[in-house]
Formats: sequence, structure tokens, C-alpha cells
Amino acid sequence: MNERNSERFRGWEYLLFAAAAVLTLLLSVCVGSVGIPFKTTVTVIWRGIWGLEQPAGTASAILLTSRLPRVLAVMLVGASLSLCGGAMQGLLKNPLADGSTLGVSSGASLGAVIAIAFGITIPSLPFAGTMVMAMVFAFCSLLIILGLAYKLDFSLSTNTIILIGVIFSMFASSIMSIVITFSGEKLRSITFWTMGSLQGTSYRNVLVLLAALLFFGGVILLHARELNAFAVGEENARHVGVNVRRVKLTILIAVSGLIGVCVSIGGTIGFVGLVTPHMVRLLVGPNHRRLLPASLFGGGIFLMLSDLIARTLLNPKELPIGVVTSIIGAVAFVYIYGSSRKGR
Amino acid sequence: MLKVENLSVAYGDLTILNGVSFDLAPGEWLMIVGPNGAGKSTLINAITGGVPAKGSVFFEGRNARTMKAHKLARGIGVLAQNHFVGYAFSVEEVVRLGRYAYAPTIFSRHSGEEQAVRAALEQTGLYELRHQSVLTLSGGELQRTFLAQTFCQDPRLLLLDEPTNHLDLVYQKQVFELIQKWLKQEGRAVISVVHDLSLARAYGTRALLLDHGRVMADGPMEKVFSDEVLNRVYGMDVRDWMIRMLAQWKEA
Repeated sequence: MNERNSERFRGWEYLLFAAAAVLTLLLSVCVGSVGIPFKTTVTVIWRGIWGLEQPAGTASAILLTSRLPRVLAVMLVGASLSLCGGAMQGLLKNPLADGSTLGVSSGASLGAVIAIAFGITIPSLPFAGTMVMAMVFAFCSLLIILGLAYKLDFSLSTNTIILIGVIFSMFASSIMSIVITFSGEKLRSITFWTMGSLQGTSYRNVLVLLAALLFFGGVILLHARELNAFAVGEENARHVGVNVRRVKLTILIAVSGLIGVCVSIGGTIGFVGLVTPHMVRLLVGPNHRRLLPASLFGGGIFLMLSDLIARTLLNPKELPIGVVTSIIGAVAFVYIYGSSRKGR
Repeated sequence: MLKVENLSVAYGDLTILNGVSFDLAPGEWLMIVGPNGAGKSTLINAITGGVPAKGSVFFEGRNARTMKAHKLARGIGVLAQNHFVGYAFSVEEVVRLGRYAYAPTIFSRHSGEEQAVRAALEQTGLYELRHQSVLTLSGGELQRTFLAQTFCQDPRLLLLDEPTNHLDLVYQKQVFELIQKWLKQEGRAVISVVHDLSLARAYGTRALLLDHGRVMADGPMEKVFSDEVLNRVYGMDVRDWMIRMLAQWKEA
């Protein structure tokens, strides 16, 4: 594994990861409360893409109107969150950084809940109010958390960041409880949103997620070399000529934008951004030019599998997807924390 | 090539640097010496803009404060005293970061990256270790990795903050000899913070003595290292101490 000739993610690696993602996607849409044969699935999706007439039966309805948009959304959310996690872990040189451990996801949720409770909308763009509020709150949370962390401990050590993240999450959830208490007739829609998960996502949601991933994710991917420098050390990044302030701000905005969109559509799904980059790092190494693209695919696959478990484990009952990722993530957290302490 | 004017750094009421000024010409190796807390490392940081400072710094006639980060990095390389790399980057990946300043956006291309990386690895004797993870290196190898990164950056001025602080004698000698060789090239200069006065004396061409953030002496080695100046700043007979230390080696 030490012998790595290329710093970049090579073509065949893209193909391999993409193939794995497509296979997982097909598996995810086949399996469910109603099993659909693999061949039918492929036919229906193929015909759906080209707008051809569908074979008779319920299969096409289940696949195209319910399962496919959901699985696509799950994949995109997984990819986005793990890209964000990978970027934060590099930027802060901290293997435990992630939207959920830093409290950014809670901040975004608070923003979304406030938007629903106070009926903040943007004219002609329903849902955009929730999304924009989630993004703004995600960014503000990041600023508060990092500002506090810098103030208390300039080196931004793992322990300080995680502690502040936990405290901030608790703070955000208590504010959220207060808002919910006074929300009156909006209570139902808020509860529906917090339970949210990705059940019943539409193709429109998928498009929004895709656009956010292309835009914000693109910004993050373009900063892979800067993230390498930050992962070696912020001081070192400055010494080799990285515009530390500008890059940091850009990445933080991109990360909060992406997390905000994901949270506003899928609710908080913890630990995806923590676990995936870590697993991917074991496979392709810490260089962000390889780590970030691999995290994209890895995150999509990881979340689709978690979603599959959530849907099928207690069939016909469905677990929230966040429960599955949190159980896996909590175990992984302990493991990563242990090994990161040993590494010192 | 470097002109520092009236540089001051303060944290609240605490003044760390107080109106430090000096000029540096190509070919010089300026040793910044002084007791603990004199402001030596802060001076290095203030020159590169790592801490907020009053006063001005001109590099080759241009204001270093307003220069773009990557342009400044092409001229000034910095070697810090400690490195804690969090992830298992390979030696080559860390060294390669030194070329960032020459292609600061993903769209810019520059030729000669491979040669520069290879030359820096060979110069520091790390070519065989290039694929090894930096987490597995010894302190000396890690310091050489970052020295290679700085060489790869191809600056004209090298700033070193106690480059051999945690290194044993073998590595101290290695690192200082590498830097001395590097300095022999045309148009280059070195500023280093050094605790060890013997090392400073052996390699420096000039010294700047700091105490409590002020310049106590600046000039050729012999002048700054005179008994009168050193004894006043360190509050002890420095020469007598050094000679007594060395005498033990003679007897054996």
C-alpha cells in the first residue's frame, strides 16, 4: 500500500468505484417490502431513462415513483456528507471532524425547524426557505464552534473541537425544543420533518441535491491540494504559500452549504461523514486528490447500504436511516478515537 | 534582500517584540540568539505574517504584507521546529507540497515539478524513503522531510526556527551542513533561531541578539558574541562556561 505511484485518482479506480455504486443502487431498488427481480429492475430503469413504454404490472410504479428517487437521494446525501466529512477532517487536521461531531448538522436542523415554525419561505420557491435557513445556520454554527475553539485552544486539538461540538449540539437541540414547544399548529409539520428521513423524496429533491453536490462539491474537490497542505498542518500550509484564510473560508462555506441542503431534505443523518472518509483513507491513502473522489462514491455506497438495512431489517416496519448510521458510526467513533490517540 | 523595520508584536499588554529592525544581504546566515522568551521565534513568525505585527517587512523591495501568499512562498521558505502530521502521507507527498506556490490553482501547470521533487529528495538523502509514511519516520528523518519540502519550494531566503531542537548530534550536523551547502548558491540567505551558541558561532556569518523583545546587538559574530554583550544579556560568564564544557573533551 506504501507504493503509490499516482497522486491522482486513476481512471480505472473511478470506474471500479462507480461500478460498485451502480451495483449497490440496483440492489437497493430491487430489495424492499416487495422484491422485484433484478432483470425487471434493469429493464424498467432502462426504459424509464429513454422514456419508453413500461411493461405492465406494479413493478415500474414502485420502482420509478417511490424507490428510485429515494435511493438516488440517499446516494447523493451519502456522497455529499462524506465529502464534507473528508474535507473537514483535512482542513482541521482532525480525524474525528464531521458535520455531526462538530454540531453543524444540529445547527442546520435548528435553522430548518425555525424556518418551518415561523413559516419562513421564499416567494415562488417553496421549500427553499427551509433550505436557505439550514445553510445559513450551518455556516453560523461552524463559525461559532471554530471561533470558540480558537479562543479556548488555539491549536484546535481533537478533544477541544469534539467537546465544543457536543456542547453546541446540546445547545442547538434545546433551542429547537423551545421552538417546537411554541410552534402550535406547525408542530405536525416539524415533527414530520425531524422524523423526515428520506422517505417520499421526489425527483425534484434529487435534482436539488445533485445541483448542490455539483456546485459545493465541485468547490471542495478543486481544493484537494490545499486540503493536503492543511492536513499536514495549517502553519505548514501557510509556509508553502496557501492563502490560508481564503481557502478556509471557501471550504467552510461549501461544507455548510452542502450540509444545509442535505439536512433540509433528509434530516440529520449522523456519522456518515465521519466513518466513510476514514474507511476510504485505509483504502486509498490520505491524499485528498484520491481521498475526496473515493469518499464521494464510498459515502453513496455506505448510505445506500444503511438505507437498505433500515428498510429491510424489521420489515414491514422501517427504521430511520439515521439510527442505522449512528449505531455503525458510534462503534467506528470509538475505534477511530482510540487509534488517533495511539498515533500521537 | 530583506528589510525589517520597527517590527513589534504584542498580545494585549504583553510586548513580545519591541521595534526590531535589521537588513539582510544575500550570502548571509543570520543567527538570531537570546535567552528564553526573548522573542526569537515570534520574530520569525512576524516576518512571514504568522502573527499580527506592527512595522514593516520588505522582501526584495516589495512589501511582504501585501504580497500574495504563493508569491511570497516562492521567495521565502520556512522550516518550523516541530511537525505533527496527522495522517499517513508519504514523504514524497509532503515534499511535493513545496511546489504548491508554483501552481497555486488546479488549472495552472508548471513544468519541472518532478525534477524539483526528485532533486530535493536526493539532496536530503530521502529518495529511498520517498514512499514511506511520515508517521513511521524518526524525528531526524521527519525534520529532513520538511527541509526537503523547503528546498523543493526553491526560495531565496530560508527562515529556520530552531531546526535541530529535538535532533541528536548526528542529525544536527547533517541538517546544518545541508543548509550550509544550500546557502552557497548565488543570491541566497538564511535566518535561523538557534539556542546553542556554539552552533550559532560555527555556522553563522552574523548574529542578532534579542532580549525581552529588543535588539541588544547586531553585527559580525565576534562583535555580538563579545564577553561584555553576552554576559550582560545572559547574566553569567558565557565564555568561561563554554570553555569549561569543552575542556572536559580535551582531557579525554
